[in-house]
Amino acid sequence: MKILTKWLRAYLPELPVDDAQLAEDLTLRGIAVEGIFDLGPGNGSLYEMDITTNRVDAMNHYGIAREAAAIYGVPLLPLDLTLPAPQPAAAVFPVRIEAEDACGRFTARVLRSITVTDSRDWFAQAEVDTYFRLLEQKKISSAVDATNFVWLAMGQPTHAFDLDKIEGGIIVRRARKGEKLKTLDGIERTLDPEDLVVADHAKPLALAGVMGGWDSMITPATKNVLVEAAWFEPMAVRRTARRHGLHTDASHRFERGADFDAAPAASALVSRILLAAGGSIEGDLVDVRVPALEARTAARKPIALALSEVQRILGKTVDAEGITAATVEGVLAALGCTLAPAATDAWSVTLPSWRLDVEREIDLIEEVARVYGYNRFANTLPAFGGGVTALPWVQAEAAVRDTLRAAGFHEAIASTFCSAADAALTAPQPGLVVPLGNPLSEEAGVLRPSLVPGMLAMVAGNLHRDVSDVRLFEVGTVFSGTTDKVDERPALAFVAAGQLPEQSPLHPARLIDFHDVKGAVEQILARFQTRTVYFDRFPPEAGLTPAWLHPYRSARVVAEGTTVGWFGQLHPHEAAARKLKDAVLLGELYLDRLYKLPLRKPAARELSRFQPVRRDFSLVLDQSIAWEEIDAALAALNVPEIVDWRVREVFRDAKLGARDYSLLLGVTFQAADRTLRDEELQSYQAQVIAAVNKAGARLRS
Amino acid sequence: MTTEAIPTLMAFDDASLNQAFAALEQQARADAAALATPDAVEAFRLHWLGRKQGRLNEVSSRWLKAAPPEAKKALGQRFNALKAIVEGLLDAASGAGPTDATLAAEAIDITLPGSRRLTGAEHPITKTLNEIVSVFAALGYSVGVGPEVETDFYNFECMNFPPGHPARDTQDTLVVANQERRAQRDRLLLRTHTSPVQMRTMEQQPPPVRIVIPGKVHRNDAQDATHSPIFHQVEGLCVDTNITFSDLKGTLDHAMKALFGSSVKTRFFPSFFPFTEPSADVQISCIFCGGKGCRKCKHSGWIELLGCGMVDPAVFAFAQEKQPAYDPKKISGFAFGMGVERIAMMKYGISEIDQFYAGDMRFLGQFA
Repeated sequence: MKILTKWLRAYLPELPVDDAQLAEDLTLRGIAVEGIFDLGPGNGSLYEMDITTNRVDAMNHYGIAREAAAIYGVPLLPLDLTLPAPQPAAAVFPVRIEAEDACGRFTARVLRSITVTDSRDWFAQAEVDTYFRLLEQKKISSAVDATNFVWLAMGQPTHAFDLDKIEGGIIVRRARKGEKLKTLDGIERTLDPEDLVVADHAKPLALAGVMGGWDSMITPATKNVLVEAAWFEPMAVRRTARRHGLHTDASHRFERGADFDAAPAASALVSRILLAAGGSIEGDLVDVRVPALEARTAARKPIALALSEVQRILGKTVDAEGITAATVEGVLAALGCTLAPAATDAWSVTLPSWRLDVEREIDLIEEVARVYGYNRFANTLPAFGGGVTALPWVQAEAAVRDTLRAAGFHEAIASTFCSAADAALTAPQPGLVVPLGNPLSEEAGVLRPSLVPGMLAMVAGNLHRDVSDVRLFEVGTVFSGTTDKVDERPALAFVAAGQLPEQSPLHPARLIDFHDVKGAVEQILARFQTRTVYFDRFPPEAGLTPAWLHPYRSARVVAEGTTVGWFGQLHPHEAAARKLKDAVLLGELYLDRLYKLPLRKPAARELSRFQPVRRDFSLVLDQSIAWEEIDAALAALNVPEIVDWRVREVFRDAKLGARDYSLLLGVTFQAADRTLRDEELQSYQAQVIAAVNKAGARLRS
Repeated sequence: MTTEAIPTLMAFDDASLNQAFAALEQQARADAAALATPDAVEAFRLHWLGRKQGRLNEVSSRWLKAAPPEAKKALGQRFNALKAIVEGLLDAASGAGPTDATLAAEAIDITLPGSRRLTGAEHPITKTLNEIVSVFAALGYSVGVGPEVETDFYNFECMNFPPGHPARDTQDTLVVANQERRAQRDRLLLRTHTSPVQMRTMEQQPPPVRIVIPGKVHRNDAQDATHSPIFHQVEGLCVDTNITFSDLKGTLDHAMKALFGSSVKTRFFPSFFPFTEPSADVQISCIFCGGKGCRKCKHSGWIELLGCGMVDPAVFAFAQEKQPAYDPKKISGFAFGMGVERIAMMKYGISEIDQFYAGDMRFLGQFA
């Protein structure tokens, strides 16, 4: 919105500051001046302003002048509304408000024998011509310019009808089904029975508060005019404007609440301009009001305001005096309120008709703070006696994040949405996918049931940009349920491709593989206190393995008997569909289940002071025998002196049978209380050999 | 190395013993003086101290056994002294270690880069969120969280948004499908701010309340360099008796100084939010130019960073339905909110908001 300081100063003869200072002071009071442009000597400045929608009363010159008057405590000149005495009318011009819920006030003034010109010289006093030139406001005709001037001056929409096109009188009513109206933009509109119209006794003349009608508009041939200044109800105008896809200055104002009492003044201003080139007023102003709507606007009940409440909410000021009764009275009076003393330092405040946004005591307190100046309040800190409580899963979440970061995974944040196809592929509970009503795009049509789609999009994004080493994870929310009830849970997903997160000029690089990722999962689980953790997989025909995983290179993670997630290599079908040539490893853990486990609390155990003995066993196994079985056999021995066993190496050897593989098993023997004797060692080794034999392994000779 | 055999001892008087041991000591010293390589040192050790063929072992087995009982003590003392001397010689010889030439042959290129085990980076949004949360934790704020899918009631109605407010339109808010048949307040949508957690917290807990609410929020916005339909917010709520607007100012001024440095200044502008009154926008003095004016602050010297205000009594009225203690005549409070992306972009010089959500390793790796 553009505002001329020259115009403002016409209302504020005692304004004590220059344009730059005025701009800053207005801005700090919520009447934001976004830009100042010097218009040359004697012309003042042009302000580019951004007024918030709640302050529709300040979207015009007089409204902003009123703010300035309040800030500096200077007088605001009243608008000059003097009119020539009217000629007597044979009869009062008939005006009737039929839609009493939607039109609160309608004023009509009849002007006779006027001249419509394209000159603006007729109103030199108010410098209409200068203001319009400085605002680069297009010249149209005296009738249009008059209503535009009043709009810019005081923000009240008005309309001028060609009186001779009006049959009978004015009725403000709802449209009838099938009625037609050609509006000023030249479009023939079919009206809706909900549309609010200004009609005569035969036909609709205008979309009330939105746009005038073509047939009754002022033309160079117009002699007699009916000036309309009215108050329409915001919702009625909003609905009418929306239905017709219209947004006009008038609808903008009415939708946000116009000034109920501005109509007579606006009518007078328009009439003064139109009469400047001759003509006369016929009869008195016709002013029809709906008391119910007046009571909600201009005639609102006074509200109680107490200084103690102002101080309780606002607190201390930089000035030790604080907010005083004089401050409250000065600010509110300047804004147009009437303050009647109710008790000591308490008032009954009558609200101005143009401030429909002010309706409660707190609104008045805000006005006091705003005009006094927010930055004149002190910076204080409230006393605090309570404690800070942490969310129950904070530490567990931190442990998960730390572990993955230490393993070389960067944290990522992906979209909350995914495509229906990705959702069907990755949802842990098929069918329980929640669609959006107004998705951003088809690819973002549903709430993500899994973090896997995000990980897949990100790994593809990197690989397609030739960033070949990818390690990402996300901790985020996944959604399941129906459009009636949506369930949210925390989840973790990770993805890896390319080489191990190591960089060395001296050691060869190696591609990351299933077991690297499994290691990361194991490390995460190791942060929790568990008795049993195992990994398994199912035959493909069981249909239990997620479809996004390679059926033979993936695993389910089970902790304390509960499935806590899945991971493995991306299914080659999916990799091909996404044009991913490199092997992609990924997984998802259900954090809500993991968070049910307590975090592991480190506890130190006594370290043996006696020499450990390490022995390696070279085993040959059939490929059907998994390490798990060897591991279980050794665990079953339950010999305290067998303190550790692990796979040192697994390899195929051409010298062995086609179905055989070699496994180098490293076992450590140690006693807590003594050095092991040779005979003891012999016995333990024999037990190890017997156990692995039983599991199907044989010792390589 | 001495090749002379250990002589047979004929007499065991002190003088004879002294002479015999002195001779051995001299031999040992001569042997030790000639040691040049680690192999030679090892040979010396075996020659003198070896458990089976060592010379001292031989002295022990031959002289000590042959000695008459009355001479055993004197002989033993001298034997131990000699053993200590030989061990000392061995230590001294071992300590000399390899020669410089040997060491020079082991030289490596220390200018080659070190082998690095790469560590993962915290996401800049998480990092910024955590920084903001910890500033408020130090002021006594606990963390509050809530669902990302909310009802119209929690997102709008109880936050005092009027029924026809534009934010409630699908133009601005992403909604779950098939909500049309439900009552307005039950309709499900993607929360547009973390404010619903304010009400959820007040419903659970009487005043005093101090919470800080980090979280992901969504709006039906077109993506551009600085706007994304997905973004993060941190909101805060403080309710107690006698919480004032000047407390709000002081709290945020303190928090901005903690986040951006003690020289940062704040200034407050009137603004409008349905759930606060009075409402304010807060600017901080530009952290790049110190307020002089630069490209980053559009030459204004100020950067707009957050919105805040005193909790509107209408919001307390909703809280009172479950917790009568939120009587706006007795308690008061303030709330504030800030966009995390905006702060992170400013702190780290990020120009495109979509980089936060693209998962580009090159972008994320910068924050390790």
